[in-house]
Formats: sequence, C-alpha cells, structure tokens
Amino acid sequence: MSKLLSPAKTEVLFMGNEAIARGALEAGLSVAAGYPGTPSSEVIENLASVAGQRNLYVEWSTNEKVAVEVAAAASFAGLRSMCVMKQNGVNVASDFLLHLTASGTRGGMVLVSCEDPGALSSVNEGESRYFARMLEIPLLEPANFQEAKDLTKWAFELSEKIHNIVMLRSVTRMSHASGNVICGSLTDKSRVARFVYDGPITDPLRGPVISTPVVAKHRLQQEKLEKAKKLFEESPFNKYFGPKKPQLLIITSSVCFLYSQEAVSSLGLQKRAGILKLGCTWPLPERLLKKYLRLTDKIMIVEEVLPFMEESVKVLAAGMPKEIGLKTFYGKIDKTLPAVGELNPDIICAALSKVMKVKCKSIPAAYVKGLQKAAALIPPRDQTFCPGCPHRASFWSINTALKRDGREGFVCGDIGCYAMAALTPAIGFHTVRTLHSMGSGTGLACGFAKLGAFGFDKPVLSVCGDSTFYHAVIPALINAQHNRADITFVVLDNAGTAMTGFQPHPGLTTSAMGEAVPAVDIAQICAAIGAKVAISDPFDLDGTSKLLNSFMEQSGSLNVLILRQICALSPEKKGKKKFEMRVDEALCLGEDCGCNRLCTRIFRCPALTWDRTKKKAVVDEVICAGCGVCSSICPQKAIMKTEVIS
Amino acid sequence: MKHCVSNAKLHSKVYRGGKEEATLHAPGRQQSYRVIRRGADNAPGIRRAGVANKGRRRKVAWYKEPMNIIITGVGGQGNVMASRVLAGMLVDAGYFVTIGETFGMSQRGGSVMSHLRVSSRCALSPQIPQGRADIIVALEPVEAIRVLSKYGNPAVTVLSNSRVVYPIGVITGDFNYPSLDKIKAIFDKLTVRNWLINATSVAVEMGNPVLSNIVMIGALAKMNLLPIDRRAFEKEITKNMPADKRRINFAAFDAGAKMV
Ligand code: SF4
Ligand code: SF4
Repeated sequence: MSKLLSPAKTEVLFMGNEAIARGALEAGLSVAAGYPGTPSSEVIENLASVAGQRNLYVEWSTNEKVAVEVAAAASFAGLRSMCVMKQNGVNVASDFLLHLTASGTRGGMVLVSCEDPGALSSVNEGESRYFARMLEIPLLEPANFQEAKDLTKWAFELSEKIHNIVMLRSVTRMSHASGNVICGSLTDKSRVARFVYDGPITDPLRGPVISTPVVAKHRLQQEKLEKAKKLFEESPFNKYFGPKKPQLLIITSSVCFLYSQEAVSSLGLQKRAGILKLGCTWPLPERLLKKYLRLTDKIMIVEEVLPFMEESVKVLAAGMPKEIGLKTFYGKIDKTLPAVGELNPDIICAALSKVMKVKCKSIPAAYVKGLQKAAALIPPRDQTFCPGCPHRASFWSINTALKRDGREGFVCGDIGCYAMAALTPAIGFHTVRTLHSMGSGTGLACGFAKLGAFGFDKPVLSVCGDSTFYHAVIPALINAQHNRADITFVVLDNAGTAMTGFQPHPGLTTSAMGEAVPAVDIAQICAAIGAKVAISDPFDLDGTSKLLNSFMEQSGSLNVLILRQICALSPEKKGKKKFEMRVDEALCLGEDCGCNRLCTRIFRCPALTWDRTKKKAVVDEVICAGCGVCSSICPQKAIMKTEVIS
Repeated sequence: MKHCVSNAKLHSKVYRGGKEEATLHAPGRQQSYRVIRRGADNAPGIRRAGVANKGRRRKVAWYKEPMNIIITGVGGQGNVMASRVLAGMLVDAGYFVTIGETFGMSQRGGSVMSHLRVSSRCALSPQIPQGRADIIVALEPVEAIRVLSKYGNPAVTVLSNSRVVYPIGVITGDFNYPSLDKIKAIFDKLTVRNWLINATSVAVEMGNPVLSNIVMIGALAKMNLLPIDRRAFEKEITKNMPADKRRINFAAFDAGAKMV
C-alpha cells in the first residue's frame, strides 16, 4: 500500500509535498493539475500514483496557466480541485488567476505554490505571496510537516466557505524536507460533477462563471476576503508561543518558524522572546495581531524572501497607534535580517543576539582554526552535466559550429538542465549568453535577429528542452516565422522533463496517470509553422555540428534542429552502459598532445578524469555512463570504446 | 516558554544538549505505524509524542538530544535514499525526525547533503545550525571535510567512504585533491572518532557501486550511536522495496557492519 494512503491516526514520515498531497486527499480532492518545477513536482507525482485507487483525475498540464484552468473547471462543476506549481508558474498563470479570482469558484479550489528562497534549484528567488495580495485571495503558509497536511485540508474548506480560490505557499525547505505527520481519515467523496450555468449573470453560484459585471464582482470578491479574515482571527494555525510579557515579539511564518524556535532556544531566550506563528498570512487577522503587538514594543519579523508580512504588519500597526503604542520593528526593511537569499537558524541567531544583546554559543577558537585550515585544502565541487548527458554533447557541437562559422554567434538559453551551459565550470566553453524564463530564449533570439538594420550581424541560436517547447516556445517560434526572424532553433529533446524527475509531457505516449496518450510531435509542429526541420543524434558530434553550420549559413528561413537522445538519468538508460570505455595509454599524449587536454579541460565529463602520476586521461568506470561520446573528441583516438553485448 | 514539549514517558532520561549516556527505547516489536493520541494541547507546531513505546530497550553508547546527523556525498551516490532509510528506522523507533534536503540542480554532479534531526521531543528545523553536527556520514571523502568545516565541533563523529569522486575543477587541473592520508589526518585532528572505509569497493564487488550508501548505513548501525540495528533495517527495507531487491541490500548492510 502506498504510504500516501496510510490509515488514519498512523504516524508516518512525509516529505512536505507528500503531506500536501495527503491533506488534499483527506479533503476529498477530485482533480489536480500542475506543471513540473522544483520544489513542487512531488505533489502531483504523489497524487498521480494513487489516482486509480482514489478515483482522482491528475494531469501534468502543458503549462501552469492551463493547469489552473483545468482545475478551475472542476471547481465550477462543484468538485474539489488543486493546481500545483513552483513560484514562476504563478507568474505564468497570473492572467487567468486575475480573472478567476474575480469570477469566484464553487467547489473548494487550492493553488499550491512551492517557492525557492535562495534559488537552490531556480534561476530566480521570486515570491508569489504578493500575488495573493494582488489577486485579493487568502494565503496560507504551513510551518511544519503536520501543518502542511492540515492546512491543505483546511484550505479546501476555506475556499468553499468564501467561494474563491485559496493560495497555499510552501518553500523548498518545507516541500523537500520530511518530518513526522499523523494522518487523518481519508473521506469517501461522492460528489458528482455538475456545472450549473442557467442562473442570472449576477449570481456567481448558479449563473455563468464570469468576472463581469466587474465592479459588482470585485466588491463581492473583497467581501469574500473579509470573511476569510474573520475566520483567520479564530484559526488554530495562528498561535503564540512564549511568556506573557516578552521583551521581543517575533512574528513569523512557514519554515522560518522552525528556525526562529531553534534560534530562541539556542540563545536561551525562552523567557524573554515570544513567537507569534502565523499560518494565515494574507489578509492578516487584525484583532489577533493587535492582541499580540500590545505585548511589547520590540517586534521582529522573520520571513523569506521579501518583507511581505513586515509591510502588512506595519500597515496594520500604523492604523492602531493608540491601542498598541509605539513600536520598533526589526526585519528586512531595517536590515536586521538579510534582504536576499534564504534564512536559517544561524542567521536568525545572529539577528536575535544583536537585538537582545546576548552572545551566540561559540566553538573553541583553536578548533575553528583547524576547520578553516581543512576547508582551504578541499576543492570546490560545482554542478555539471552528468556523465553521459546528451546536453554536453549538444553544446559541444554548437560550440564547434559557432567556432567554424566564425561570426561570433551565440545562444539564447532557456530553462532546464541545459541552463547549466551558461555556467562555467559545467563545461569548458561558453555559448549561452542569455538565460531567463521558460521559452524566453527563442523570443529573445527573434529580437536579436531583427537588429540587422542597426548593424547587428551575428548569427543567433536559441535552445530549449522538449518540455519547455510545449510550455512556452511555440508562440515565439510562430513569431519568428511570421516576422521572418532568421534564427536557428535547437530542441534538446531528451524524452522527458529531466530536471524535475522525468515527468511525462505532451511529446510522450504516457500521461501522468500512466495512461496511453498520443504523442504530439515537435518536428511536425515546427514543420507546420513553416520551419526547415532536421533531426540528429547529439552523440554524433560531427554530423550534428555540420548540420548546424549548414543552417547558420542559410539566411531567410527559420531553421529547427531537433537533437534526440534520452537523458542519462532516465529510468530506461540509468545503469545501462552502451560502451565500455578505456584510454589507451600508449596513444594518449597527455599534456604534449597539443589539444590542451580537450577531454579533461574542455569537455569535462566527470567520468573522464586525469591521472596525475601517469599524466594521462583515465576513465572512472564507476561513474562512466558508457555513452561513448568522448572517444570522438580525442584527436589522438586514444579513448577506446567497445560495445557492451547485453 | 515551551518551545518543545518533552515527554518523560518516552525515555527514562532525556539530556538536553549534553553528551552524557542516556538509556533509550530502541526499535522494538511495536507495529510499523504507531497510534498517537492528540490531546487538547496539541496545537499546530507543537505536538506530544504520546507513545507508549513498549519496545525492548537497548543501550546506546553515545546519544544526545537532539541528535544531528548529516549525510553527504555527490549527486547520484544515493544520498537521498540513505537518509530516507535511516529516518524511516528512527521514526519507527519513536522519534521525531526532520530531514532537510535539497535536490534538483544540486543533484547534477554537485555536492549534496541531507540534514537529519532526531529528537524525542519535537520537530526541529530542516537546517542544522553551524557547528552542531553530531554525526557526519560521507559517501565521498572531501565532502566529509566540506561538511565538517561548516558543521563540525570537537565532539563530532565522522564515518566516511574512502572512494574519491573528482570534482570537475580537479579534473581540469585548477584545483588539487588532498591525499587520503591527509584526509585521515584532518579527521583525526577534528573529530572525536572517525572511520574511513572503502564502501564503494565492497559495493562494486557486490555488483553495483550505488549500494555503497547501504554499506555505509550498515557501518553506521554497527557504531552503536543510534538506536538502529539490522532488524530495524530489515523492516524498513521490507516496507519500501520490492522483494527481489531486498537480499542484496541486506548483504550490503552486513558488509558495512563488518567494516567498523
Ligand atoms: S585523451 Fe586524447 S584529448 Fe585527452 S589528452 Fe589524451 S590525447 Fe589529448
Ligand atoms: S563514455 Fe566518456 S563521455 Fe560518456 S560518460 Fe563515459 S567518460 Fe563520460
């Protein structure tokens, strides 16, 4: 039996995302949709894994906006539904969300946004809490694993009480951390999907679901928010821990609550500092805050990343000076806490020790010196493409083609593992010169390609992965064709959403729930747009780079090269070597080869290492994936491959 | 202020922050999932571990409250699985366990680290404060030092695999990789006890280098610093793995136990 379906009252170790999924199941969820993105993906994955047993419909949608639309339809039909994404996804979905929050929802609907303070696995540390304010919807933030489940369940109830979508925000350190959770019971839902639309336009529960008449619906939306605020006043998810008369009040939410707790106890401040943990962070429960703001004149607000709560608390405080008195606020605005990056118990300890004038516990200086000396001896370990990764080979060919072309062309990058090509030392050369949001590489390439009239004469390439292609690249490609932007567009097709763990996408023949579905073919889409399309195996370095050069030479057309090779970590490939690799020591000339060690300085496969005593290249067979690509980069033909007969 | 609620019933003695010897309930014959009563004071954020733990007791050589364990290695070495298996055993033994992990980009050949916090009292934050690791388990030796340099303290224990995975910067020649002798000397100087074992070679002999994570878990159990043993491991593996994969994991565990 899946852990996710553990019986009520059992205690299990759940990842934050599993707890969210369990909470949704306990709430009687019917439909869930999302787009993969770290750290959110496991919510949909877990729900998909039990879809059959719980009569759920779960899908990976083409992008986050579609995911919200799919989930909203279920809500309109009276079912409970959820849409799940990382912070960037909320940006993508925001256009529909702005209308949805105005039209309102019917069955309980929850938007889960898993964010990434510190950008541990993102190219930004954007915040979606401000969306809750802009969309005028309630925002909930679980502060531990039990709450991740309980708050999710409650979010559905809240949504049904106010007839609007509720946003639940998690962060990497919650979604990808694990802790004990006591399960509640799994309700047997018996809702039938029924969409009622023949009532009057002014009746959001029986009429058509639309955002007009705008002002009337907007008023109604704000009344819903007021109602949520009233419920927040009484919510057990907002709770104070601490003495009756603290010298300092810490207001915090999410995983920062756990950090704050730890910092307070490690400084021994339990009798001097109190913590007001808020699970309901927008709109702020005013009466509750008034009650606790009164306790002391020193207030510290601990949150990630931007001062969202801090601003809201200050606005509230400004409206009640007589009741609560003058306050000194500590937080991000006065720089007591860092304004960027993620927090941890140490950062909060340091801030608290300053504000409360106490010393942090320290380790003997001599020992610390020893640690520092040891740290100086170890090499950094940077991210790189995995051994056997098709992207390393693809960028190798792109680099070769750009060099041969000689006009200083460059690549507009996109979001996926291949974004690493923008970083040294992932690979020993640079080709990727821009990197932004999903699909924006090709849009930027269109723009660069139209700068010819202003003296711009470099060839422009853009790349994207297969999943990204469906998500956001198609409009940019059509734009390129329609506006005659001369670009060469390379699809790095590794047959799955590799970076987030191989979720299926429209190019594959299985759905999130494991059903057989028709594959949507990238080549045919590109051809239908009017592009010249070629397909190549990125492991064929010579053929691939030659194709690229022929594309770059042709002007006046949109060119698409699809590079197909399955990701090295994919379940189909993992642990299966196609070739046994060996460096022939007699042939390897080492530093004298004149190649400046192409193999180990430029290509940089982690499995192709350098023997410092012999001064020769050597394959580490424990990590080598047996892709065989390195054998074609060595000018001496010293790297030998033998096919593995299975 | 009760930031943590202790429960005297769970353990005969609970030491807060000390290194003293404590008697603990070890994994026993209790059911795989424990039933927990939720009382009136079980507000979100604070929860009693109200378990009548009827398991057999076992002396653990060295335990403190909370116990902070870091499992580190290089992406792809099975770090996440090792931390899950260990945490599963500890939850089953009646503890609050928090695992802090980051995966995603960091998996791609970079350093990876799981923080395991074990407490008999409450859920702790998923990040161990600097200088507060009690046990460091490293699947790769320089990763042990990387973690040690941030989370080490004079009472830390290190268990490290000796199989090296060279970082790109070393392969290109931009950086040096310290010798194993040097690494051992650093361990000897900065830890209270340490082991440097070749878990990967044992795993390769067994047919799959990725088993080295389980070899390390076997060694960790044998060190007798945590209330985990072969029986707890068997139970955890049986719960989470298909039958055909279990035996090789048990063998890897046993091989590890023989190495310390
Ligand atoms: S393996 Fe080939 S490319 Fe690398 S140093 Fe030897 S001869 Fe040069
Ligand atoms: S065959 Fe060569 S390029 Fe491929 S994984 Fe092995 S060492 Fe790396």
